[in-house]
Amino acid sequence: VCIHRVRSCSSIRFIKSKYVCVFDKSALKFSHQQRLFRTSAVSCGQIVQFKLSDIGEGITEVTVKEWYIKEGDSVSQFDSICEVQSDKASVTITSRYDGIIRKLHYSIDDIAFVGKPLVDIEIDASKGVAPEEDVVETPPMSHEEHTHQEIKGHKTLATPAVRRLAMENNIKLSEVVGTGKDNRILKEDILNYLAKQTGAILPPSPKAEIVPPFRKTETVPAAPKDKAHKIPVPISRPIAFSGKDKTEPVTGFQKAMVKTMSAALKIPHFGYCDEIDLTQLVQLREELKPLAEIRGVKLSFMPFFIKAASLGLLQYPILNASLDENCQNVTYKASHNIGVAMDTEQGLIVPNVKNVQVCSVFDIAVELNRLQSLGSAGQLGTSDLTGGTFTLSNIGTIGGTYAKPVILPPEVAIGALGKIQVLPRFNGKGEVFKAQIMNVSWSADHRIIDGATMARFSNLWKSYLENPASMLLDLK
Amino acid sequence: MVLQSLKNCLWLSCVLRTPKACFWSTASGGLIIQSVSNDVYQNLAVEDWIHDHMDLEKQQVLFLWRNSPAVVIGRHQNPWQECNLRLLRQKNIKLARRRSGGGTVYHDLGNINLTFFTTRKKYERMENLKLVVKALKALRPQLDVHVTDRYDILLDRRYKISGTAAKLGRTSAYHHCTLLCNADKFVLSSVLKSPYKGLKSNATPSVPASVKNLFEEDPSLTSEMLLDAIAKEYATQHQTDHHITLINPADETLLPGIHNKAKELQTWEWVYGKTPKFSVSTCLNIAYKDSVLDVKVNMDVKHGRIEVCNIDLPEEWLPPELYSELVKSLTGSKFCPNEATTLVTTLLRVCPQDDELHNRWSLLCENMIMLM
Repeated sequence: VCIHRVRSCSSIRFIKSKYVCVFDKSALKFSHQQRLFRTSAVSCGQIVQFKLSDIGEGITEVTVKEWYIKEGDSVSQFDSICEVQSDKASVTITSRYDGIIRKLHYSIDDIAFVGKPLVDIEIDASKGVAPEEDVVETPPMSHEEHTHQEIKGHKTLATPAVRRLAMENNIKLSEVVGTGKDNRILKEDILNYLAKQTGAILPPSPKAEIVPPFRKTETVPAAPKDKAHKIPVPISRPIAFSGKDKTEPVTGFQKAMVKTMSAALKIPHFGYCDEIDLTQLVQLREELKPLAEIRGVKLSFMPFFIKAASLGLLQYPILNASLDENCQNVTYKASHNIGVAMDTEQGLIVPNVKNVQVCSVFDIAVELNRLQSLGSAGQLGTSDLTGGTFTLSNIGTIGGTYAKPVILPPEVAIGALGKIQVLPRFNGKGEVFKAQIMNVSWSADHRIIDGATMARFSNLWKSYLENPASMLLDLK
Repeated sequence: MVLQSLKNCLWLSCVLRTPKACFWSTASGGLIIQSVSNDVYQNLAVEDWIHDHMDLEKQQVLFLWRNSPAVVIGRHQNPWQECNLRLLRQKNIKLARRRSGGGTVYHDLGNINLTFFTTRKKYERMENLKLVVKALKALRPQLDVHVTDRYDILLDRRYKISGTAAKLGRTSAYHHCTLLCNADKFVLSSVLKSPYKGLKSNATPSVPASVKNLFEEDPSLTSEMLLDAIAKEYATQHQTDHHITLINPADETLLPGIHNKAKELQTWEWVYGKTPKFSVSTCLNIAYKDSVLDVKVNMDVKHGRIEVCNIDLPEEWLPPELYSELVKSLTGSKFCPNEATTLVTTLLRVCPQDDELHNRWSLLCENMIMLM
C-alpha cells in the first residue's frame, strides 16, 4: 500500500498539482488534476548524507573533477552526481536516492575522502531510504500488476516516480522497454509506450541529443489485448508535454551574422532579377571538366560566373566600389576580390577569390577548391575572409529560383544564383527547345547604384554566360 | 566450436528479444572481441556501449582495437596543454577525449588498444597488466618487460611501451591500455608537444616518458601477433575458447544507440567544451613596421568558451571602439580559431575602411588566433 503523507508544515509548496490522501488505512484516495512527473518540493523531507563509497584498489581519496548537479536540483536514483578522478581512473558517482540536493561538500579540484559525505540529499520521507544494493525495492502497490516483474531472471529497475506513472496509466512495467542505464525504465520510456498505445505523437524530450532519439519499434513488445479499453483516449486525458523552451546566448557564427546584417540594414537595397540560358555553358563545362580533372581540379559553374562578373565589373566599376561612413566619398576598388558565400557546419562564411581581373577561369577553379576544402575543415584564415569587393551566392546548389540577397558591407552589390532547371523555351524560329535556365537576383546599394547600371551590368554578365565564346574576346 | 556467424546471430536475437544485452549461457568466463573499424570515435563509442549496456556479471570482455592517426586525451585534460592543435589540424589527425582518466596518447595503426571490461567489484588493473606481460613473455621470452606501480609497462626498464587509464561506473568498470608495436615515433613526439604558452589550469597533466616500439626491439613482431598472443593468454586465464569475435561499430542493430554515442564523442562540446577551467596569460610580440609591439593578453576559458578577455594595447594603436568591439565579440565565444576568425573578420566589415587600420587589425587578430 502506497501511502503519501501530507504534512502540515507551513512551508509546503505544491508546484503543479496535489496528491491528496486521507491518512486512513481503510480508504486510499488519489485525486489529481494533472499528471505528475516529479513530486512537488516538499521542504520538510529528511536530509541524508550521501557518503563517497569505496572505489576499490585500496583508494582512500579522489579529486572531484566535475559536478553534474548543483544545490537545489532534484535527482533520481542512479542519476549521475559527479565525476571524480584517482590515479588515471575516472569514476562516475551516481545517486542512491531520489530527492533534492541540498549541499555539495566539495568544490572542483578538492580532494574528497572515501567514507566521508559527498552531498546532502533531502529525500521525501514517504518514499523511504533505498537499501544499499543496486536493485530497487519498491514499496508494495495495491495493484497486483505492479509487484516485482521478473523478465528472464532480471528485475525491472525503475524509480518510484516512474512506477507511479506506470500505475496511473495501467501499464505493466514488464511490457516496457527500458532505455536507461542497466535497462532501467525511464519516464520517457513510459511516455513512448503510451504514445504507441494511443497513437499520439509525442514531442521529442528536451534531452534528445544525448538519449537515442528513436526507439526501434521491433523491440517494443505488442500491446496485450486486455489493455485496449483501459488506456484513456487522448481527448479526455491529455498527455503532458514535457518540452521546454531553450534559451542560449548568441555567440560565434551567429553573433558574426547579427553584426554583419545589422550593418547591412543601413544600406537601402534594391533588387533586379533575370533569367539566364545556360545551355551553351552547360555543354562547355562538360567538355572542360575532364581537362580540369586531369590537372587535379574540380570544375563547377562558379569559376565561369565569377570570371564573367569580373569582366562586367571592368565596364561598370561602380559595382566594385565602397561608400564611406558619411556617404561623402566613393572608393573604386582596383582589385576584383569576388566573395563566394559558403555554407559550413557552423554557419555562413564568405571567403573571396583575390584579383579575379588577372585570373583565368582555371586559376579561379583552383582557388575555389582550396577555399572550399579549408572552409569545410574550418581552417580559413583572416586574409581569405577579408578584402572582398563583390559577392556571389550560389544558393541554387541547395535549391530555389529567385532570392533577395543582403549586401555585405562594405560592398555595394551582391548576386544570388538559383538552381539550373531544364525548361521549355522558344528559339528564334519559334520552335520550342530544351533550355537550361538559371535565375539571378541582384541587390545593390541604391545610394550610389541606379537601376539602369545594375540592369546593364546584368545584361553584360548574361551575354557572356549565354554565349561563352564572347568571353574569349574580352578575357585579359 | 561455435561458428562466428552463428554467434552473431545469437547475440543479435538476445539483444532484440530482451532489453538487456545478455550472452547465451554456453559462453563462460571471458569474451574476446575485436573492432573492424579504425575510427577512434566509433571505437570509443563501443567502449561506452559495453560499459552502459552489457551485463558483465557472468562474463568479462576483452576488447581489441586500433585507430588511424589520432590523439586521445584523458577525461579531465586540457587539449591546448597536451598537444599541438595547429599541427593536428594541418595533418588531419583527429582529436578525441575519452571517458577514462589519465594522460594523453598518440594512436596510429602501429599501436594496439586493449580494454578489459569487468564488474565494478572485479576491477583489477594490476592483474590485467600482468596478463599482458605474461603474453609478451610467452611470445618472446627474452623481452625485458615489467609493470611499474604507476601501471605502465616498461621495456628494458627504461622505455614506456604501455600506458593505462580506467573508468568506473555504478556497476561496471573498464581498464584500457595501449601497447606500442610499430607507431610513428616522429609524429608522436611532434604532436604531443604543446606550443601554447601562458596556460594555467588544474587539468590533469600528462607525464612525458621515453617511448620505444616493440618492433624496434624485435623486428619480427607485428601488431597481429601481439593481439593474438594477448587474446590467447586472456582465453587461458578465463577458461574460454581462444576465439576473437569481430564486431563492426557501425552496426546499429548489433549495438543499438551506438551511432549517437559516436556522434556525441565528436561534438565540440565534448572534445573541447569539457576542458576544466583554465586561463591564458601571455604577451604577444607583434612586429609592425620598424618596431615591436608588446600586447599583454589575459583570457579565462570555461567550458571551452572565453569568459573573460583582456587585451592590453598601447593607446592610439587602434581606435577604442574597435578594441572594445573585439573584446565584446570574443567574450562568450568558443576558444577556437575558426570561430574567432569569423568574428574578427566580420568586425572589419563594419569599421572605417582604412588600409593602415586594416593592417594593424589583421596583425593583432592573427596573433590572437595563434593562441587557440
